Amino acid sequence: MHATSLRIKMKTTTDIQNEIIENFSLFEDDMESRLFYLMDLGKKLPVMPDEHKTEDYIVKGCQSKVWLYPEIVDGKVIFEADSNTEITKGLVYLLVQLWNNRTPDEILNTDLYFIDKIGMSRMIGSQRSNGFASMIKQMKMYAVVYKEKVKSL
Amino acid sequence: MAKLNIESIRKQFPVLHQNVNGKPLIYFDNAATTQKPLSVINAIRDFYEHDNSNIHRGVHTLAERATTAFEATRKTVQQFINSKESEEIIFTKGTTDSINLVAQTFGKANLKSGDEVIISAMEHHSNIVPWQMICEEKGAILKVIPINDAGELLMDDPIAIGFEKLLSPKTKIVSVVYVSNALGTINPIKNIIEKAHAVGAKVLIDGAQAVSHLDIDVQELDCDFLVFSAHKLYGPTGVGILYGKLELLESMPPYQGGGEMIKEVTFEKTTYNDIPYKFEAGTPNIADVIAFKYAIDFVNEIGKEEIRNYENELLSYCVNRLLELNNSITNNPITFIGTSKNKISVLSFTINGMHHFDVGMMLDAKGIAVRTGHHCTQPLMKFFGIDGTIRASFAVYNTKQEIDVFVEAIERLVKFIK
Repeated sequence: MHATSLRIKMKTTTDIQNEIIENFSLFEDDMESRLFYLMDLGKKLPVMPDEHKTEDYIVKGCQSKVWLYPEIVDGKVIFEADSNTEITKGLVYLLVQLWNNRTPDEILNTDLYFIDKIGMSRMIGSQRSNGFASMIKQMKMYAVVYKEKVKSL
Repeated sequence: MAKLNIESIRKQFPVLHQNVNGKPLIYFDNAATTQKPLSVINAIRDFYEHDNSNIHRGVHTLAERATTAFEATRKTVQQFINSKESEEIIFTKGTTDSINLVAQTFGKANLKSGDEVIISAMEHHSNIVPWQMICEEKGAILKVIPINDAGELLMDDPIAIGFEKLLSPKTKIVSVVYVSNALGTINPIKNIIEKAHAVGAKVLIDGAQAVSHLDIDVQELDCDFLVFSAHKLYGPTGVGILYGKLELLESMPPYQGGGEMIKEVTFEKTTYNDIPYKFEAGTPNIADVIAFKYAIDFVNEIGKEEIRNYENELLSYCVNRLLELNNSITNNPITFIGTSKNKISVLSFTINGMHHFDVGMMLDAKGIAVRTGHHCTQPLMKFFGIDGTIRASFAVYNTKQEIDVFVEAIERLVKFIK
């Protein structure tokens, strides 16, 4: 089932962020290698079914096309994601890796410190940083919506 | 074969001597804007340090100096494009501003319902939208010269409705680009001007990309208007040129109202100043206009023909290296967009399997600046069935060594996606 296709051993969001920081630190200041690595990460995203790639699930505020499709399974949010550009795929992968299969509270309470630590804005520039911020906002919004839904049950 | 001393030319451009992302900057975005030589940069600083003053109205020494320098640029531009009179040179904010001026004055005064304006399929948005706006206002019709797969205008195609078939007595204005910013194609504008005149139409040439590469003689071309920007010609941003034939400019109604453009103002009636001042309302961009002269001097000192030959040499070197790379990879991932034989040093291409945004970012990681996207020519991109290209455009200060670094970066990319 696609909902569990990205299930990873349940590390904490802190563990995952520290791993991301460590991995990027290996490339030091070599921007090209960092971006190649980011594009490689994007390739790890499971294939997103075309029927979920609709207008409704496009992240607004991104120059590239980014789709984020959420579901709630056993109180946890499952994300599917894809993009039409490789670097953006890598970016959304980082977030999916961090927040897939988490409760809405876990998502909403995450302190996203890895972004500054890996020098994201220098790496991807201001336009894409804005797009990246939109993805984060979108994922958090889904978490808020699911949280409210759970409450009202 | 280059006779030019590129090293000494490069020394005149301070911006080139820096590292970007830890690598020496390679600036291949010259079709967007060229870098500025020291003489231009110094002229701007010198003006504000010594001569800053408003022009034309003051009688004091600084005003005199500023006015003389400002008008000296007009003379220099006149000689640069060989116009008959210096009054035919109007300073604007840029190419876009110049086209809007013509559309809103000449267009407004001369277009009526059912008239036709012809542009081409490879126009920049700035030579599409101003005409759409005035056509809509006047009930005139916008017609578009189609292109072939090489990115060349269809002139007298036996089947397609090319330029010649579009022309009719209804045609009032033909507004075409001399050199395509997205493809580099050089259009047969002499032929276009002749044919358009034969039906009584006036012709505007968008020379934004052409002026830094091609020799321009407005009298020989016999164009009615020529527009271009200083900043694509090693000059400052915020300065544009509108050349128009004297009798046309005189007959056109004013564009913007304000100071400078008037002869006499009473609350009942205003009489307008003579050209060129009629079209130069308000305090202009004095420092940058003055500095623009130094950019033209820079080009004249090297010689356009030498610049052109050298740039062509860079272009064919880059094309050949990319072709070699493309042929060495099984699925030939590189597609050139705009393959006319008659073109300037603009190289547009796509890479199969990689979005142009990503390519742009990967190149920037190596300090290489190229343009990616639709280049403000969305209808043209639609024709080629793409949403953008990677565009490398060369100027006189670029080198083959830079192209080598560029091709190696592209090679790593295409091998990554393979």
